[in-house]
Amino acid sequence: MQYLDNLLFVILLAAGIGYFARNVRKTIRNIKLGRPYPVNDRKGERWRNMLLKALGQKKMFKRPVPALLHLAVYLGFIIINIEVIEIIIDGLFGTHRVLRFMGGFYNFLIGAFEILAILVIVAVTVFWIRRNVLKLLRFNMPEMEGWPKRDANLILYFEFVLMSAFLTMNAADLKLQMMQYGHYASHSGIVGSFPISRFLLGILPDNPEALVAIERSMWWFHIAGILVFLNYLYFSKHFHILLAFPNTYFAKLPPLAKWDNLESVKREVELMMDPNADPYAAPAGDEPEPERFGAKDIFDLKWINILNAYTCTECGRCTDVCPANNTGKKLSPRKIMMDVRDRTEEVGKNIDANGGTFKDDGKSLLDYISYEEIWACTTCNACVEECPVENNPMDVIVQLRQYLVMEESAAPAELNMMFTNVENNGAPWQYSQADRLNWVNE
Amino acid sequence: MDKKELNVKTMAQAAAEGHSPEYLYWVGCMGSYDDRAKKITRSFVRLLNEAGVDFAVLGTEESCSGDPAKRAGNEFLFQMQAMANIEVMNGYGVKKIITTCPHCYNTFKNEYPGLGGNYEVIHHSELLQQLMDEGRLKLKNNPFAGKTVTYHDPCYLGRGNDQYEAPRQVLASARIEVREMPHHRENAVCCGAGGAQMFKEAEPQHEEIFTYRTREALELKPDVIATACAFCNTMITDGVKHYNKEQEVKILDLAEILVEGLEDKK
Repeated sequence: MQYLDNLLFVILLAAGIGYFARNVRKTIRNIKLGRPYPVNDRKGERWRNMLLKALGQKKMFKRPVPALLHLAVYLGFIIINIEVIEIIIDGLFGTHRVLRFMGGFYNFLIGAFEILAILVIVAVTVFWIRRNVLKLLRFNMPEMEGWPKRDANLILYFEFVLMSAFLTMNAADLKLQMMQYGHYASHSGIVGSFPISRFLLGILPDNPEALVAIERSMWWFHIAGILVFLNYLYFSKHFHILLAFPNTYFAKLPPLAKWDNLESVKREVELMMDPNADPYAAPAGDEPEPERFGAKDIFDLKWINILNAYTCTECGRCTDVCPANNTGKKLSPRKIMMDVRDRTEEVGKNIDANGGTFKDDGKSLLDYISYEEIWACTTCNACVEECPVENNPMDVIVQLRQYLVMEESAAPAELNMMFTNVENNGAPWQYSQADRLNWVNE
Repeated sequence: MDKKELNVKTMAQAAAEGHSPEYLYWVGCMGSYDDRAKKITRSFVRLLNEAGVDFAVLGTEESCSGDPAKRAGNEFLFQMQAMANIEVMNGYGVKKIITTCPHCYNTFKNEYPGLGGNYEVIHHSELLQQLMDEGRLKLKNNPFAGKTVTYHDPCYLGRGNDQYEAPRQVLASARIEVREMPHHRENAVCCGAGGAQMFKEAEPQHEEIFTYRTREALELKPDVIATACAFCNTMITDGVKHYNKEQEVKILDLAEILVEGLEDKK
């Protein structure tokens, strides 16, 4: 019977990690629904980007207040998870504070974890107030209604409760150590240092059995909570804590205004401009079906666009700096990212339901993103510059435009006129090319 | 100054004389046709003449760089324009291009190489900085002494190509102190013209982007709003007119600012 706890723990751990692994595989499959887009250049810059922007959170610090709060939660998350190693070992083998052999350093660690835990509690409380009491504009835009808003608050509750459980567990543990109770007793005095949780001693009961129950249930709650949280990532904007790393590695490198020249278009233009090409030549038999120009659905996007969408944590900084959005237009770069993720999820579920192949559902990304949004972008790169995880919402807009123009001829009428002028007069207006040099004598 | 005789050759004339100029100055559609932008073109050419820069223009052989087509999603038209332009420029053996337009600058610098056009591409702010540094352009006076001057970063020069410094250096070397707007350099706000917005009406909105941006500039109570892009110039001029400030505030290109310093008196 004494191994029941350990066994339960193994099952919980395996289930938690197993389910998460399954969803990670699904995410990778979904990201690969996008077009292949090889990224194997400028590796040094890419690693540097990842270190500075994902690990170092450089871009967060454009806004110091949320950056510091976020840093507290981030450090708390990473460092307190070192403690999870001990929790897992203790859980597997029924030991108590197995890493105690580190001595003074162990005490320092536990003390540091406690201070971080209280900082996390403070930070998530402030975050919650910013979202729900101060109602910061970027957290209360139309695309945040419903699940996105609930998701954001759930994450904050999760973190609050996990940290509270951690501190309560430590407090009960400390009290039991002080009572020299059972295997909590140590001949070398108190193991660990408890700068925060010792203030909780007073509110805990004095009965050792009750204390053990509290310590154990908080221990279980903490580790189970972590596993639940891990599995929550896939369904949440909180996925960014993992995906920020590959995302910053694969992100677009400067110059930001450099756009790809579409290879599919290049082939056709070269053929058109080649005087020796035979326009009636039958295509060679083994040629692949011509690609769609631009993007109508997520299958036409680059896989990086989909990775961007899964990485987006819906902070809304992009929308906050978007000149179109700031002047009251419908376009919100954050919504573009959220739409790509929602459509990808819809496609993914469709694939799951149809035995691994996508069954045409008569829908596309254009059911999520309207023309009004697509044509409002000034391509100013403010959103790209601002994104703390280096997302590129503009790139999605551009590909949708390419589809509308080159496949559907659905550009706004004024832009069609501009195209005609460029074609006929070599200028976006209806001026004669012969007048190009008039400025010299004016 | 506008009536001053300019010394401009076309690439065709230069080729006929057996000369291949050091630079091609790509004037761009705005600089060729827009009445306001033509003044910028003339100012810049006057500076080139003053500094003795060996350049020529394409004149009637120049065409649209293809930028507005590309930003509006018409990759076909962009690539056709690009390939035709590259054929013309390679035909003249062009090695270095100067542009006064950040959009032409960006396409030549970043997007033409993949289509067979490899040039050293220089924005006029970069060339002007070099000419000032080398002492080839000498200003005789500073009509902007004591004036409040702010600088608006064009997106395709600044965020798009990380060129924040050259325009500011040009102003600094003309002994002009720049008062920055709260949003400047990588945080600068777009004028509203980019992404082919110049050529269409805006989507439903509560405000035009150009008034939104201009308001920030006007809060500094500037005498001059400097820019380095003819599109930005147009948009901010519209913004200044919207606020009825056109009597008090001038919107000038870097080239125009330097030209004013060439005059003897004042």
